[in-house]
Amino acid sequence: MTETFSFNAESLDKVKFELSKYPEDRKQSAVMSLLDIAQRQNGGWLSKSAIEHVASHLEMPYIKVYEIVTFYSMYYTTPVGKYFVQVCTTTPCWLKGSDEVVKACKETISEKQNELSNDGLFSWMEVECLGACVNAPLVQINDDFYEDLNYENTKNVLQSFIDGNPSPIGSQTGRKGSRAEEYVKS
Amino acid sequence: MLKAKDKIFTNLFGDQSYSLREARSRGDWDQTSDFIKKGSDWIIDEVKKSELRGRGGAGFPTGLKWSFMPKDANKNNYLVVNADESEPGTCKDRDMIRNEPHKLLEGCLLAGFAMNAHDCYIYIRGEYFNESVVLQKAIDEAYEAGLIGKNACNSGWDFNIYLHRGAGAYICGEETALLESLEGKKGQPRLKPPFPANKGLYGSPTTVNNVETIAVVPTILRRSGSWFSSLGKTKNTGTKVFCISGHVNTPCNIEEEMGIPLKELIEKHAGGVRGGWNNLKAIIPGGSSVPMIPKSVCDSVSMDFDSLSSVKSGLGTAAVIVMDQSTDLVKAIARISRFYKHESCGQCTPCREGTGWMWRMMEKIAAGEASPGEIDRLLDVTKQVEGHTICALGDAAAWPIQGLFRHFRDEIEEQLIKKIRAA
Repeated sequence: MTETFSFNAESLDKVKFELSKYPEDRKQSAVMSLLDIAQRQNGGWLSKSAIEHVASHLEMPYIKVYEIVTFYSMYYTTPVGKYFVQVCTTTPCWLKGSDEVVKACKETISEKQNELSNDGLFSWMEVECLGACVNAPLVQINDDFYEDLNYENTKNVLQSFIDGNPSPIGSQTGRKGSRAEEYVKS
Repeated sequence: MLKAKDKIFTNLFGDQSYSLREARSRGDWDQTSDFIKKGSDWIIDEVKKSELRGRGGAGFPTGLKWSFMPKDANKNNYLVVNADESEPGTCKDRDMIRNEPHKLLEGCLLAGFAMNAHDCYIYIRGEYFNESVVLQKAIDEAYEAGLIGKNACNSGWDFNIYLHRGAGAYICGEETALLESLEGKKGQPRLKPPFPANKGLYGSPTTVNNVETIAVVPTILRRSGSWFSSLGKTKNTGTKVFCISGHVNTPCNIEEEMGIPLKELIEKHAGGVRGGWNNLKAIIPGGSSVPMIPKSVCDSVSMDFDSLSSVKSGLGTAAVIVMDQSTDLVKAIARISRFYKHESCGQCTPCREGTGWMWRMMEKIAAGEASPGEIDRLLDVTKQVEGHTICALGDAAAWPIQGLFRHFRDEIEEQLIKKIRAA
C-alpha cells in the first residue's frame, strides 16, 4: 500500500483525452477526472501517493488537490471492497424501504459501514440521493445501479456477486427503465 | 392529458436505441442548419414566444436569460449544461441523457449559437457513470457526422461539446458552484453579482441551463414557439417530465402537459396512491427543497410554477414524492434535513451550523424527546438560515421543515404531549 503511484499507459491515454477538453492554461479543470482515473487504477481508492501524482501532473499544490478529494464524496482515501455497495437512504428511497436494503447489506457484508466483508469482496455505505428515485430503493455497486429493490432481491444481487455471476443491472423487478410497471404488462 | 403527437421525448424509456441513426428517425437533427441560418435573434425570439421557463427548479424565462449574454464577437462565451441532477426525488434528466442524448446535443448547438458560444460543457453528476458513457458515445457520433465540431451541420458555426463528470456533491447543481467545480475547485457558490452572464466560466460570459431546458429547444424551433406555448397554461407553458416516486402503485417518469392536476397526474400515470387517494397524507410536489402540501391541497392543485407557489410550495424540478397515511412525516423530513446537513458546502455560517442544528432538532422531535415549545425555536432557526446565505441551499434546508409544521403542527404537538404525559 505504500508503493508509489504513477499513471499506467491506459490511464495516460484517458488523462490526455481529459486534458484536451480544457484551455491549455486551465489544466486544473481536469483535476476531478484525473483523480477518478487514478482511483480506478488504484483499485477504487486514492492513496497519498496517487493524490501527489495527480497534483504534480497538473502542477497544483498537493493541498489544493487534497481539498478536492475531501470535498467530493466519490473519492475515497481508504480501501474499499472489490464490490463497493452504496445504499441510497434519502427520503424517496427510505419511503420505499431502504431500511430493508441496509439490513440485507449488514447481514451479507458487515454490521458496520465502510468495513471490508470477511472475504474482502465487499464493503458498503449509506449515501445520499443517487438520482433514480422512481426506481427506489436502489444501490450502486461500483459503476452500476441496481433498482427496485427489497430485502429479498438485494440479498439475491449480493449473492450473485459472491457466485461470480453478477445480476443484470437496472430494475430487479424486470421493468423497463423508469416506465410505470403496468404499461410493461400490457 | 398530453396527446401523443405533442410528446417531445418519444424515447424517454429507451424503447429504441439512443444512437444517431435512430434519433434521426425520431426527427432529431432535422433542419438544424436552417435554424442557425435564420440567426440568433430568431432563435431567441422563438424561445421567448414559447414562454419556456427553466426546468432546473427556479423557472426563470429561458429566452430572457439567453438575451443577457453579450453579443460581442470577441468574447469567448460559454454554454454550460447542468446535468448534475441531485435534487432528491428527481431523475428525469437521467432518462433524457441515456435515451435521448441527441435531443440534448442538438439543443446545445442551437442554444450555444443563439448565445454566441463556441464551446459547451455538460456537467454530469459522477454517479451517472453509465449515462456519461452513453452521452460521450453520442457526442462522438455527432462529431463524426459533422453535426458538431468545425462548421457544425454546415452552418458555418464552429461548436465543441465537452463532457465533465462530477464526483458527488449536491451543491454543484447550484450554477456558480458548478462553475467553480468545472474550474477544478471545491464546489462552493460564488457571490452574485457578477452574474455568470457577465463573468462565468474562466471569467467569460456563461449561461447555465438544465438538461431538459436545452433538450426541448430543437422541438420548439421545429414546431414553433406558439405550439409550445399553446400547451399548458399562461406563463406555465409546454410539456414537462414529472418524476413520481414514493407511495404510489407504479412509480414512474412521465412527460405531461404543464398544469395537469396533481391528482390526475398520479392516478393516470402512477397507478394512484397506494391504498387509494383517501390514503394520501401529503406530497412534496417539486423535489426535496419545496414545502410539502397536505391531501386537502393535493385534491385540487395543478402542477405548474404559479399554481404551486400560490399554495406556498413550488414546482421545483417536478419531482413528486408521495407519502401515504402510514408515513411518519417527521422522520421523512428529518431525513431530508440530514441530506442538507451532509450537502452544505460549509461556506456560510448560517447554513453550515444551521443545517446540522435543524437536523438534530428534527431527530429529537421524531424521537418524541422534544417539548412543543421547541418547535417554535426550530422554526425561528429556519428563519435565521433562510435568506442569509450565498446560495439557496440554506433556503432549501429551511423550507421542508416550515412546510411540515405549517400543515401538521397540531398533530405533531399532540403526539409530543402524549409522549410527555406517558413518561
